[in-house]
Amino acid sequence: MIFLELFWTFFKIGAFTFGGGYAMLPLVQAEVMSHGWMSREELVNFIAVSESTPGPFAVNVSTYVGTETGGLAGAFFATLGVVLPSFLVILIIAKGYEKFRDSKAVKGCMAGLTPAVVGLIGAAAVTTGQTVFFLDGISVPALTEPSFLGSAAIFLIMLLLSLKKAHPILIILLSAVLGIGAGVLLGI
Amino acid sequence: MKTEDRKKKLFLELFLIFLKIGAFTFGGGYAMIPLIQREVAEKKQWISERDILDVVAIAESTPGPIAVNSATFVGCKVGGFWGAFFATFGVVLPSFLIIFAVSFVLRQFESNRIVAYAFYGIRAGVLVLILRALISMYRQSEKNLLFCLLAAGAFVSVVFFDVNVLAVIVICAAAGLITSAWAAGREKS
Repeated sequence: MIFLELFWTFFKIGAFTFGGGYAMLPLVQAEVMSHGWMSREELVNFIAVSESTPGPFAVNVSTYVGTETGGLAGAFFATLGVVLPSFLVILIIAKGYEKFRDSKAVKGCMAGLTPAVVGLIGAAAVTTGQTVFFLDGISVPALTEPSFLGSAAIFLIMLLLSLKKAHPILIILLSAVLGIGAGVLLGI
Repeated sequence: MKTEDRKKKLFLELFLIFLKIGAFTFGGGYAMIPLIQREVAEKKQWISERDILDVVAIAESTPGPIAVNSATFVGCKVGGFWGAFFATFGVVLPSFLIIFAVSFVLRQFESNRIVAYAFYGIRAGVLVLILRALISMYRQSEKNLLFCLLAAGAFVSVVFFDVNVLAVIVICAAAGLITSAWAAGREKS
């Protein structure tokens, strides 16, 4: 049943991701794509939508996937799934949170989870890079395609802006404008 | 005021404050910590400034989005179970309603050529945002041997060997736990 599947998948995502924002991306990518709910390209597009709307990425993506696959009820169950692990865990530890905070076991787990998240976001960056530059597969002739050159130019400009600490929404808006310009000019 | 009424008022306030926080933090997570500080610690004085640091520490070391964790934690401290419920409901509701509405708009415009071009550009911008998050996370973390081994191991196993992401997370947590227990044991003896 689709509602149960949505609930369970997003429950897993909520239960096994630590740290906010892009730390959730690797697991979201793996789960959502293996179910065929979103293509890699759609997911990268959605990251931009999530950055430009309020709220956490995990809640946004669960609501979106839920709506697309099961309407309002689908959105409800997917979002409930992603929120429930947080809610339950915090309720359990809230009373004795000093003990939890100072616990050696928690610190030990975190010492392993932080590098895992860094490595996994690195992996997500690689797959996203493939989606951005080589949508039709990596090959030498692809390097001279107008679509590759356009993406590379936009990527470099945004990288420079990012070094100047530009706001994420500004980066998204400007790359949209450049994308339209490049698309019309190069006829991609 | 009767206790019953006071409680109802508290729940409504928690709901509205976190609704506001949920509606005005873009990108989620850490962006909302200063807002919680102002609304809950400075204005309402429900929790102390010191507690805010705990909110961050707890939200980071428990699973799930930082925004949801912080809302549940603050709600629970201020108003018990129902406090947690209303704070969490409040922080999630704006995202839920906005994305629900957006999903219909996205479908409608997806096939539009100009929108497709815009997303073509946006995907390159998103890659920059992911790299930026990666670099800032790398800079903040303590780089020792365990860190390098696990980060490299996680990266290689997912990119080149297609290992399940969930398995990588569980194995790395276990590795961290075992290493710290081993280090503590060695310190004792």
